Amino acid sequence: MKAIYILWLRQVKRYYRSPERIIGLLGQPILFLIAFGYGFGPIYKAAGQGNYIQFLVPGIIGMSVLVTAVISGIEVLWDKQFGFLKETLVSPVPRINIMIGRTLGGATAATIQGIIVFIIALFIGFKPYTLSFLPAALIFVILVAIFFTALGTAIASLMKDMQGFQLIVNFLMMPIFFLSGALFPINNIPGDIKIVTVFNPLSYGIDGIRDTLTRITTFGVVNDFYILFFMTVMILIIGSFIFSKIQI
Amino acid sequence: MTIIEVKHLVKKFKHFTAVDDLSFKVDKGEIFAFLGPNGAGKTTTVKMLTTILKPTSGDIKINHYNIKSDVIKIRRSFGIIFQDPTLEDELTAMENMKLHAYMYNMKKDDIYKLSKQFLEFVDLWDKKDVFVRDFSVGMKRRLEVARSFMHEPKILFLDEPTAGLDVQTRNYIWKYLKEIKEKHKVTIFFTTHYLEEAEKYADKIVIIDHGKLIIEGTLSSIKNRTKTKTLEEAFLKLTGHHIRDENEDAEMSHIKRRSFIYK
Ligand SMILES: Nc1ncnc2c1ncn2[C@@H]1O[C@H](COP(=O)(O)OP(=O)(O)OP(=O)(O)O)[C@@H](O)[C@H]1O
Ligand SMILES: [Mg+2]
Repeated sequence: MKAIYILWLRQVKRYYRSPERIIGLLGQPILFLIAFGYGFGPIYKAAGQGNYIQFLVPGIIGMSVLVTAVISGIEVLWDKQFGFLKETLVSPVPRINIMIGRTLGGATAATIQGIIVFIIALFIGFKPYTLSFLPAALIFVILVAIFFTALGTAIASLMKDMQGFQLIVNFLMMPIFFLSGALFPINNIPGDIKIVTVFNPLSYGIDGIRDTLTRITTFGVVNDFYILFFMTVMILIIGSFIFSKIQI
Repeated sequence: MTIIEVKHLVKKFKHFTAVDDLSFKVDKGEIFAFLGPNGAGKTTTVKMLTTILKPTSGDIKINHYNIKSDVIKIRRSFGIIFQDPTLEDELTAMENMKLHAYMYNMKKDDIYKLSKQFLEFVDLWDKKDVFVRDFSVGMKRRLEVARSFMHEPKILFLDEPTAGLDVQTRNYIWKYLKEIKEKHKVTIFFTTHYLEEAEKYADKIVIIDHGKLIIEGTLSSIKNRTKTKTLEEAFLKLTGHHIRDENEDAEMSHIKRRSFIYK
């Protein structure tokens, strides 16, 4: 327990001691909110779908959580390169606890990032349907954060050096984001792509956040929760296994 | 009494054999120098002894525990300084100590007391709240010395603990290490390219090359058997004069490989 706590704390300190990164990671979501929100808003409205900002904000919250989480997970690569990982791997802490501490720490950072985006969204005109579902929305944010930190950690555990980083961004993060219903409703898209969205955990995270904040939903909040929860438990198990096999 | 026992240790990376049928013993309380040219397999061996790299084959016993069945107990028994720093740059010196203490499940009351004691010991107490990223190479090393001993291990593994340090810092580090050894009866296993450190401090010396043990014994017995006057002469006589490129071609190294082994 102590080890999980201290490794969690280490990740959290790394996060808040680097304001440049916090701000850097906000750039993209803010740009997306403004460009897409104001750009596509009129078209969305003309198509009879209502206020696009209401639809878009949960998606952008999901995006910022996704990006921060994956990047936090991939920090394993940095720790391999700069040596700190060895300090944890020679310690008598079971590898699964190391993995859990790191993951919870990265997930905490990602969750905070999601909350910051939510607050920014309030300023550009996002109106939650009711505030009483905020805790429920937070649960979805946390699950997304844990899932993708664990995924980032697992993938980084398999890679040798930082060269794979760009690969992850282009071939993992971007498709996950664009095929999650973050930007457009997924019930209208063609069958093949829809299948991808159905296996995409971010779809359920964003749908859950969207349902709890705006009552717009594809799968229903209960389904969202069970499916995302199941996927998160699975990735934690698989990720811990992969992490425990790291050799340096 | 034996505290580290290595039997027929082998590590292969694909087709390259980095450690090749290595066997040796280290006695409790001794200072043990593990020498060899660049790429000889020292770090690879240290990684296997410290449980972060799986041997291809062979047996390792540390503090009487078998590495295959009692990993966690083994990890509790040793402290280590790796060849490259393993500190967290984004934390302060004190925070690095605390992180270590928590991972070794130390008692709350001990953490502050021992952090203070060991940071004072390496003359870093006044720098306890400085971020490690602002430390010099020498300060990082001293902090690693303090940290490696914080949980009071029975064995210290030191992979080139003094590489890249100035003479003053090197002398300091050895002063710390000797004190630790005297006070706590700890066993010290170290590698170095500064052969005079082995001459000055080691109770026993092993030289390896191409992953194989070339010679083992005390300084005087090695000098006697090789009919040389200094460890450096002995070292060159045993390992040749040519420069090592790491990952040198397997066939080439086979031709260059010395066929005899001193026993
Ligand atoms: N992960 C790895 N994959 C492939 N080859 C490796 C790996 N790690 C080490 N080697 C090779 O194994 C050999 C032994 O390396 P090692 O780092 O153990 O040498 P060393 O004795 O510590 O050398 P140095 O004095 O330069 O630190 C080298 O040829 C090295 O290139
Ligand atoms: Mg080495």
